[in-house]
Amino acid sequence: MIIARILGTVVSTQKDERLLGKKLLIVRPINVDGSDTTGYVVAVDTVGAGFHERVLVVAGSSARLAQGMKDVPVDAAIVGVIDTVDITPRES
Amino acid sequence: MILARVLGNIVATQKNRRYENASVMLCQQITPEGDETAYTVLALNAVDAGVGDTVLIVQEGWSASTAATGKSGAAIDSAIVGVVDRVDLLEDE
Amino acid sequence: MQLARVIGTVVATIKNESLEGRKLLIVQTLNKDLEPSGKPMVAVDSVGAGVGELVFWCRGKEASFPFKREDTPTDCTIIGIVDSNAHVTRG
Repeated sequence: MIIARILGTVVSTQKDERLLGKKLLIVRPINVDGSDTTGYVVAVDTVGAGFHERVLVVAGSSARLAQGMKDVPVDAAIVGVIDTVDITPRES
Repeated sequence: MILARVLGNIVATQKNRRYENASVMLCQQITPEGDETAYTVLALNAVDAGVGDTVLIVQEGWSASTAATGKSGAAIDSAIVGVVDRVDLLEDE
Repeated sequence: MQLARVIGTVVATIKNESLEGRKLLIVQTLNKDLEPSGKPMVAVDSVGAGVGELVFWCRGKEASFPFKREDTPTDCTIIGIVDSNAHVTRG
């Protein structure tokens, strides 16, 4: 899974019928310190994530295992909204 | 899924049997802002997308295979599953 | 899937038994202008492609599907031969 932030939405009318009613969001993977990485992915939202939130994204065939994604042609799904990320500093 | 623009299609008479009756489209990935990237990819057309359309491409085998051929298990790694009407980007915080 | 040109062959006498009898080809992936992009790769052939031909390949787990019922360990398989350069059209 990756941590990502929401960049925007995609609107598509003509699509695979199994995608009907699914919310498509553009997300950009971020580092644990919150900085942006490059790249983006279009993911289906399964948790009602809102704009500017940090989310958990699962990619690959596992995306279809998310709630409500059974038999839906997706390769990335938002499966969680992140409250906080805590990094324990490594003991030296 | 990625956003891409349809550049054209390709004709291959000799191909995997499961590809018959499907069209193979040449697509170029774009950024959410609409800029071209260097990545070009072939994807089966599962939604009747045309040249010039902005599309959604799924890059996972089961999804691509069922979308493009109606059945799973074909040697397909990418399929066009949506034609994009609009992309709305948020303002930076 | 991506477009590629077959640029060579690989001969391997000692290989995984499940690759026995499979043709191994070296492919150079091409961009939309049919120019080389990235490093060449070794692909298993499923359609009878030959050196010099314009082909397209499939990556990942799905690459083993053309050889169904036999487990063929491949992550890159040639699955189609493009009729000619002119058959890559652009709008």
